[in-house]
Amino acid sequence: MSGLATYNFAYLDEQTKRMIRRAILKAIAIPGYQVPFASREMPMPYGWGTGGVQVTAAILGPSDVLKVIDQGADDTTNAVSIRAFFQKVANVEVTTRTKEATIIQTRHRIPEEKLTEGQVLVYQVPIPEPLRFLEPRETETRKMHALSEYGLMHVKLYEDIARNGHIATTYAYPVKVEGRYVMDPSPTPKFDNPKMHMSEALQLFGAGREKRIYALPPFTDVVSLDFDDHPFTVQSFEKPCALCGAEGVYLDEVVLDDRGGRMFVCSDTDYCEDRRAQGFLGDQGVPLKEAAE
Amino acid sequence: MQDTSIFTGGFADPVLQGQAAFRAVMDGMANPGRIKETDGTPSAPGGVPSAMAALALTLVDHDTPFTLGESLRASAFPAWLAFQTGAPMADTAFDASFAFFTCADAFPAFEGFPIGSDEYPDRSVTLIIEVEALEGGPQLTARGPGIRESAVIAPKGLPADFLARWRENGTLFPRGIDLVLVEGTRLLCLPRTTRLQAREA
Repeated sequence: MSGLATYNFAYLDEQTKRMIRRAILKAIAIPGYQVPFASREMPMPYGWGTGGVQVTAAILGPSDVLKVIDQGADDTTNAVSIRAFFQKVANVEVTTRTKEATIIQTRHRIPEEKLTEGQVLVYQVPIPEPLRFLEPRETETRKMHALSEYGLMHVKLYEDIARNGHIATTYAYPVKVEGRYVMDPSPTPKFDNPKMHMSEALQLFGAGREKRIYALPPFTDVVSLDFDDHPFTVQSFEKPCALCGAEGVYLDEVVLDDRGGRMFVCSDTDYCEDRRAQGFLGDQGVPLKEAAE
Repeated sequence: MQDTSIFTGGFADPVLQGQAAFRAVMDGMANPGRIKETDGTPSAPGGVPSAMAALALTLVDHDTPFTLGESLRASAFPAWLAFQTGAPMADTAFDASFAFFTCADAFPAFEGFPIGSDEYPDRSVTLIIEVEALEGGPQLTARGPGIRESAVIAPKGLPADFLARWRENGTLFPRGIDLVLVEGTRLLCLPRTTRLQAREA
């Protein structure tokens, strides 16, 4: 070894990893329950994915291939810096291709491509407690989870309907896991909720500032809360992706000028690039080769 | 003469071997009933199978009191654990985060171990128990989170009333104990959510 300071593999010390690993095992054994853990300070501020980073660091090994996305994109600040972090401290192979990754750390999206067995999706979670904005006291929300008392959440959704005529919650849409725990899927658009249900991949959630880890094992029942007369629906888009022409995917709005010009493009950059490489083209798309020139 | 066996048998590379052993048990917990392999290098005194030694080295430390089956308690294993991991022996089974049993002892009763509370169901024990074999016993159908439709397991050496005891553990949900069965270098996890049934022939 040369140089002054070197880090332990994947940055965290071994005792911290053991503590996080024990929390992960209990989280998997109790799907949807938030396990408290002794979150460490990381070399990035709270709110930048410290929970997800700690979970990834605790499970990551030299044979893993890591993908990091931020709102579906591989090339935004948060994704780029976390990917660079793990390249530096774990020398791990990284990719932007969803199907090549063994671990995908995500901020607020689930990739469009169906995840497969053996993959692990690690979510960065800002506020893990779905009841927090309804009941600020931790002592009370803990009791509500213990007693499976989720009436307040239904009241909240009902008030949405009373005010707006429909359930206006569009992201961090609460789900019920295996008929027991109500869980916050992190601020993913509700569009992604159905992908959590019976997913083949293991899903781990880390909240650094709030010090909670929770999990969904593969093939777990995940139901978005709704009412018989107001069933859960996902967002739909009027037009396909302007670059690749994909339909039935989640789109981001991109403002093009100051005269009201805008386009809607895939939020999942890997999915969009993959489709364009296959020759699919949207309204305003150009073939990949020309774009590169 | 001091018993030197307690100083050997740990991981040669604690960081990467610990990570690999953890992934085996994490994948096992996420896919209940699926048999997972550990690398087989750790060895502990007291007739402890390698997979059990690997789990101890991976998960146990000064924060997690452990308890042991009687024959293990009489062996050099507690001294090995103390040297390798720094973990304290629990005063009673109720204080234990982990419990280790080998075939030399009877399969432990689940009563007396912490099952967590409704508020904190995670504060429960993980039992790590050696069985005669992970395959070749009476067939059981497993269902629950982590299992697509159903899986068949057939551990050998479970007590006759195991199914009734496991069902009772399931009724405590979200409280309950989690189980890791080991044989040699292999392990099979049964988290509290897994439902077991005798398989019709």
